[in-house]
Amino acid sequence: MNPGWDFHAIAPEIIISATIIVVLIADFFFQYRRRFQTSQLATIGVLAAMVPVVTLAVNGGTRQMFGGAFVVDPYSLALTGFFLAAAYVTLLLSVDYIGDGDYYQGEFYVLLLTSLLGMMVMTSARDLITIFVALETISIPTFVLAGWRKHDPKSNEAAIKYYLIGVLSSAIMLYGMSLVFGLTGSTLLRDIALAAPRTPHTSLLIVAVFLTLVGFAFKVSAVPFHFWVPDTYEGAPTPVTAFLSVSSKAGGFVAMLSIVFFGFFAVPDTWQPALWVLAAASMVLGNLAALRQTNIVRMLAYSSIAQGGFILVPFAVAADGHAARSSFEAVVIYLLIYGAMNLGAFAVVIAFARRTRSAEISTYGGLGSYAPSFAVLMTVFLLSLAGLPPLAGWFAKFVMFRSVLDAGTPGATVLGVIAAVMSVVAFFYYLRVVREMWFHPVPDSVNPEPVQIPLALNAAIGICAAIVLIVGIYPQVFARIGELAAGG
Amino acid sequence: MTLASVHLTDSYFLTFAAMLFSIGAVGLLIRRNVLVMFMCVELMLNAVNLTFVTFAKTLDDIRGQAIVFFVLVVAAAEVAVGLAIIVAIFRRRRGGATADDIDLLRG
Repeated sequence: MNPGWDFHAIAPEIIISATIIVVLIADFFFQYRRRFQTSQLATIGVLAAMVPVVTLAVNGGTRQMFGGAFVVDPYSLALTGFFLAAAYVTLLLSVDYIGDGDYYQGEFYVLLLTSLLGMMVMTSARDLITIFVALETISIPTFVLAGWRKHDPKSNEAAIKYYLIGVLSSAIMLYGMSLVFGLTGSTLLRDIALAAPRTPHTSLLIVAVFLTLVGFAFKVSAVPFHFWVPDTYEGAPTPVTAFLSVSSKAGGFVAMLSIVFFGFFAVPDTWQPALWVLAAASMVLGNLAALRQTNIVRMLAYSSIAQGGFILVPFAVAADGHAARSSFEAVVIYLLIYGAMNLGAFAVVIAFARRTRSAEISTYGGLGSYAPSFAVLMTVFLLSLAGLPPLAGWFAKFVMFRSVLDAGTPGATVLGVIAAVMSVVAFFYYLRVVREMWFHPVPDSVNPEPVQIPLALNAAIGICAAIVLIVGIYPQVFARIGELAAGG
Repeated sequence: MTLASVHLTDSYFLTFAAMLFSIGAVGLLIRRNVLVMFMCVELMLNAVNLTFVTFAKTLDDIRGQAIVFFVLVVAAAEVAVGLAIIVAIFRRRRGGATADDIDLLRG
């Protein structure tokens, strides 16, 4: 077999790798006052990497490398584009936050881009070991990023908790992978798909797949593997929290998509029950715990656990009825929309925290009276997360329920009912923040003058708001991407 | 029966790896010293390596042994980051290295 290198296919990854090296070296030569230029270099790299993604998408087709371990197809391109866009918005969120702190700058962007590189490789990985290496490339830089404010004990604590859970989950996942290798004789998902239904050791295969999925359940913070999430999200720098809750989490979901749909789809008994329980538990516990939070970052942490539960619903019903295709589409579309609205909500939180240095929900009182445009945008993001039409969140919920209807089994119906009830519960905690902003007086501790927001943050909020509004009104945009990702 | 007459089959190695993995997992959950928790993770990763190598022998497939190198490299990177985080914590906090001391954030 020709191990040939298709340089066009890996051009996005090459550009990001080159940017990482350039930023690392440039940071060494820049004068201290000009350090902010490292962020500009990083931004240029991310934007440049989008070019080959577009040209590959225009050329179409599927490109394979390394014996099928690395595949570039519309699915991987759609998600690579998503990760690049999410990283771009994260860079916009970080510039002023990192620039204002007393900490190093160049390293921050190097770590962020390295994590991005792992995500981009993950979208193309079709081999257990490639998936493992990609996942670690995502995770290891984020351990450091979570502890970025190294003189802040809260940030230290966020990092150590995230780190211990992270290494535990990768060890569990690897053990599952080693058993899969033993049972199927391969690490290529394509070969596993052929060998898995024929293995005589069905019960051992269930254990193997379960352990592998537990590893990812930690990464996507599914209940009961979620306990690190609120602490890490609160303690980490807020731009990093936004990155963790969107990109890093989506990375875990992409790995799950590849493993479930390309590897074990023919043996649903091994993954469907576990994912059903994870989905139901995440929706119920995430939403109920979010109700009693007083800190908005912790509330968004539980909200992201709950949203993760909604994304797991299509997984849990994928093998029933004729839901295979629609559930694949649902996961991809939900991830894209969730990314836009969650990054938007975090962008507003970051912008507001520049004024108050606080993330308590009570400090949002009266925001609508002195910073109306700001409050309107926050309302848009929160209502979108709640799933209110005509904001993008409703379409994410819609494709999720469509996959449940396509499945049509009793198990799927029960899960759909849980999802519907929990969507209603979610309104309470999102609307509580909205009510605080519009109907409560300004607390004494907050200075009610119009909030000055740096340009980069404005741009980030604007991009997210535009996506949330446009996709909400014209969902065909993302529906088409979902269709293409699911294979035409 | 002398020791030499015991024939070691693959299931011995797999069982041993499973035991190592369980010891590591339980140790990580019950020990409170962060450094010991690290060692437990290493134990789990080495159990994984042993499983891969055993299957490589059983299946006569060299890929199983190649995978071990990936696991080793990633484990080394993880330890480097983990120790850095611990050093960052110890600079601020003199005294013991127990996970119970790290409790500012509660959910």
